[in-house]
Amino acid sequence: MTVTSSNTKEQSTIARSTWQRALASRSFVIGVSITLLIVVLALLSFVWTPYDVAKLVITNRLKAPSTEFWFGTDHFGRDIFSMIMVGARNSIAVALVAVAIGMCIGIPLGAWAAAKRGWIDDVLMRANDLVFAFPSILSAVMITAIFGPGAINAIIAIGIFNIPVFARLTRGAALSLWSREYILAARVCGKSPARITVEHILPNITNLLIVQGTIQFSLGILAEAGLSYVGLGAQPPLPSWGRMLFEAQTMMAIGPHMAIFPGIAIILTVLGLNLMGDGLRDALDPKLRGEN
Amino acid sequence: MGISVKKTILTGMTAVLLSATALAGQAFAAKDSLIMGVALEPPHLDPTAGAAAAIDEIVYANIFEGLTRINENGEVQPALAKSWEISEDGKTYTFMLQSGVKFHDGADFTAEDVKFSLDRARAEDSTNAQKGLFAAIEAVDVVDATTVKITLKNPAGNFLFNMGWGDAVIVDPASADGNKENPVGTGPFKFANWAKGSSVNVARNDAYWGTPVALASASFRIIPDAAAATNALLAGDVDAFANFPAPESLPQIEADPRFAVVQGSTEGETVLSTNNSKAPFNDIRVRQAIAHTIDRQAIIDGAMFGQGTPIGTHFAPHHPAYNADLINTYPRDLEKAKALLAEAGLADGFKATLQLPPPTYARRGGEIIASQLREIGIELEIIPVEWKQWLEGPFKGDFDLTIVSHTEPMDIGIYANKDYYFKYDSKPMQDVIAKLDVTSGTDERYALMKEAQAIITNDAVNGFLFELAKTGVWNAKINGLWKNSPVQANDLTGVSWSE
Amino acid sequence: MSWFIAKRLVSLFVTLIFATIVIFAVLEIIPGDPARLMLGINATEDAVSALREQMGLNQPIFIRYLDWVTGLLSGDLGKSFTYSSQVSELIGERIWVSLPLALLALTLSTVIAIPIGLYAAARRGRTSDTSIMAATQFGIAIPNFWFALLLVYVFAVALRWVPAGGFPGWENGIWPALYSLFLPAIALALPQAAILSRVARSALIEVLGEDFIRTARAKGLTKSQTLWHHALRNAMIPVVTIMGLQFAFLLAGTIIIENVFYLPGLGRLVFQAITQHDLPVVQGTVLLLVATVVVINFLIDLLYAWIDPRLRSTTR
Repeated sequence: MTVTSSNTKEQSTIARSTWQRALASRSFVIGVSITLLIVVLALLSFVWTPYDVAKLVITNRLKAPSTEFWFGTDHFGRDIFSMIMVGARNSIAVALVAVAIGMCIGIPLGAWAAAKRGWIDDVLMRANDLVFAFPSILSAVMITAIFGPGAINAIIAIGIFNIPVFARLTRGAALSLWSREYILAARVCGKSPARITVEHILPNITNLLIVQGTIQFSLGILAEAGLSYVGLGAQPPLPSWGRMLFEAQTMMAIGPHMAIFPGIAIILTVLGLNLMGDGLRDALDPKLRGEN
Repeated sequence: MGISVKKTILTGMTAVLLSATALAGQAFAAKDSLIMGVALEPPHLDPTAGAAAAIDEIVYANIFEGLTRINENGEVQPALAKSWEISEDGKTYTFMLQSGVKFHDGADFTAEDVKFSLDRARAEDSTNAQKGLFAAIEAVDVVDATTVKITLKNPAGNFLFNMGWGDAVIVDPASADGNKENPVGTGPFKFANWAKGSSVNVARNDAYWGTPVALASASFRIIPDAAAATNALLAGDVDAFANFPAPESLPQIEADPRFAVVQGSTEGETVLSTNNSKAPFNDIRVRQAIAHTIDRQAIIDGAMFGQGTPIGTHFAPHHPAYNADLINTYPRDLEKAKALLAEAGLADGFKATLQLPPPTYARRGGEIIASQLREIGIELEIIPVEWKQWLEGPFKGDFDLTIVSHTEPMDIGIYANKDYYFKYDSKPMQDVIAKLDVTSGTDERYALMKEAQAIITNDAVNGFLFELAKTGVWNAKINGLWKNSPVQANDLTGVSWSE
Repeated sequence: MSWFIAKRLVSLFVTLIFATIVIFAVLEIIPGDPARLMLGINATEDAVSALREQMGLNQPIFIRYLDWVTGLLSGDLGKSFTYSSQVSELIGERIWVSLPLALLALTLSTVIAIPIGLYAAARRGRTSDTSIMAATQFGIAIPNFWFALLLVYVFAVALRWVPAGGFPGWENGIWPALYSLFLPAIALALPQAAILSRVARSALIEVLGEDFIRTARAKGLTKSQTLWHHALRNAMIPVVTIMGLQFAFLLAGTIIIENVFYLPGLGRLVFQAITQHDLPVVQGTVLLLVATVVVINFLIDLLYAWIDPRLRSTTR
């Protein structure tokens, strides 16, 4: 996708008006609200859930949603609402760490490539192409096949794919900045490329990176659900949304609530993050916003 | 206006879809064909070169035949050998063969083929997975075209049964090497084609030597997961599952008059296999504590939706020699379990791993067991494994706990093998089994079997959980499918449709 | 232009060569003994070692890599460990499920997305646009396997309109085969259509704001003429790019969807092969998918260069 970075003004003044614009955007507000709700539920699950998700009470199995069990129970008699709360923890953690991996490795690589150009740039970008050439779900399946299934390996699998995303984005945006007059001026003043990158380039592309981070976060949630669904994500007894859907598959006739609620949880989380990202992007790019 | 247009479009779509389904249906609608669902795809189709049950589930009795065969009730019956004589000392078997039998490629079946097949199976470089079946054979001699004499090293009570295994089928020297891809046997069905990942198809062998089969063709459709199996059955894509993998769907299927649900027995003792050589499981008190904690009925209800019979030892409960009292040896008693752990110096519990192979009984049963053992402070880390990893790990003795169903018939003898993966080394047990091997009287044998069961239960070698149920689910108009599964097979020779 | 193509071709091949190394190396690390697996649980140690020798597993890794690559060049991908047949044959069989499925999904997604994108762009800012965009947000957020589950339940189990899964094979007629691909294609296509319609909409909006469109309008062309003749063609670039990327994604996305519908395609093949440690099959299939992605990216690059000559001089 095309990367347009038109802001060359100082960071602080932009930031304030950005927030104002963002908060005025309906999709941003809705997105943030949903995301906050999920995050709060996830954090709350550390100290409290309606029922203990580690305890299987077989006699309670497959209860339909009621005041006792809001989202019903699964085939082991566990409370689905509690499982969704704990599952949120897992989804968020996996996606968040995967984004962090992508950022921590991708951004320096991209910035380095843009600052140095030449063969380093070529090599890095070829390596990027190489990683990009492996469809993410395929590499995730391969990685988990080697190291065995589990939340940590799901993180690595998703994180690896995030690296080239951030490297490309950073490099592209940084390249366009390097040709700007004020960067040239800084170079003439004798500042080192590393210093220019830290002082002038990175602050100016932070917004872009945050927006991309939100998108990768939501993609990570989906990817984690997919991996858990095929049995390669978090392992029992830890509940995860994808696994819950896998287990619900055969119960569609006797307990459709087992499939419906985790599905809605995934959709809401991804939706919340996407709306938040869109709202941010609109707020950061007044040109697009004007056209909306 | 808007609504009526929409409605017309919808009706139109429905009509198109319906006519297409009708079209699709026609291809399979003839009542002399059968589509059978199987869980695992065979690696290849040569039963003499692999132990995978998935091979026998397709070819046994359908494509390939041996000297003898096992029937639905687990009895030995004549097959390519129409009769046999056993010498006084039990060491010489003379088989009289069927005449006029031809292989599917037209080659004649003779005594030479019997010698070839058995010599090939027991050869040094043989890749037969059950070489043990042939270990007793000293020599195979061709007497004439329809007579074979087999000399044994020592009398073996199981020999006729062994010759009925899928691994002991008779193959033709000319086609033997191609059987993996294009199996050529003497059975009532010929191999038609194999759509990899999808189905194996067979067609009636019109030149069959025995009673002709009613089905003109049959297709074994590979459906690995329980959800897909349920959907395929309900959608009418598959006519029958000999072993239906989704017990949770049974109430729904039983309520549907299109289907028959048939409960049979298996030889599958499902156990919490325990590494008896590894601390802390080498301490009998720890194993007994586990036994006192396990709630079998909760496992059967939660994992199998009530399908299965609790067992107190490693023996099929439908067998006359089953020691039924042993089920009460370790009643669920958490206080006692905790006390036993404390005696073993593990009052605070401990951590261990539980490796679970793919079947539902293991994956779901494992979660329940982990939850139960947590009640006495044992924290189990659940590790799901594929069969390949299971063979590399637990089956080689590298494990703490695992759950597996031992489906071989009469396999209590594995507890006398100290190298078997649960590493149980007990002199009394080894003595009893050694004695059993040389005992012939039924009553004496049963008494020894009961004694063996008591030994392993008292030692709490493994967590004895339940006997796997075999739930056959098929179209109510199908007759002749096996109710029980004494051996891994989907014998279609007696199957027909009633109208 | 030819210099640019040559340069891109070289990098295409370099990427492919590195891909072969990565694929081969990565899969060598997977623990497990294929010979043991082939023979099964009760096989004796002798039988296993006999088979290991027979399969050439005792050769050093470097030799096996060279064997594999030279095989590749002559179209020989080796022999499957679990099925006793050629990998190229297996892929040849399976691709006739995955490729039509991916194409069907791509077609469906395009047919759904482009008109929606056009409509929304033309009605930019109005209620219809806003509601469509809100709907696409949901579309993007839906996991395709969850959607697939619902589709199976409604259309196959409850209504019995289409098969729940499985594939009758093309030899039994085109229609039964197409019908069994119908639900999986919808499950794959809808989330993609949501993305594509958003891209189409924003691309159109961007193009509509450019000078030549204003000129066209000034020349007296109607709004819809402008939309169809000028804007759409120019907006196709990002749309085609996304379609290219989506095709690769769809091909890989079949890994999960084929498992829901138990379709015997490449995705199921590679997934099963990984769990069964069938290295030659995994290597062959992954390489095929990777090569597809690389070639599609190459074509997109060419397309870009053809449309925007400025790009030829820079190295991306």
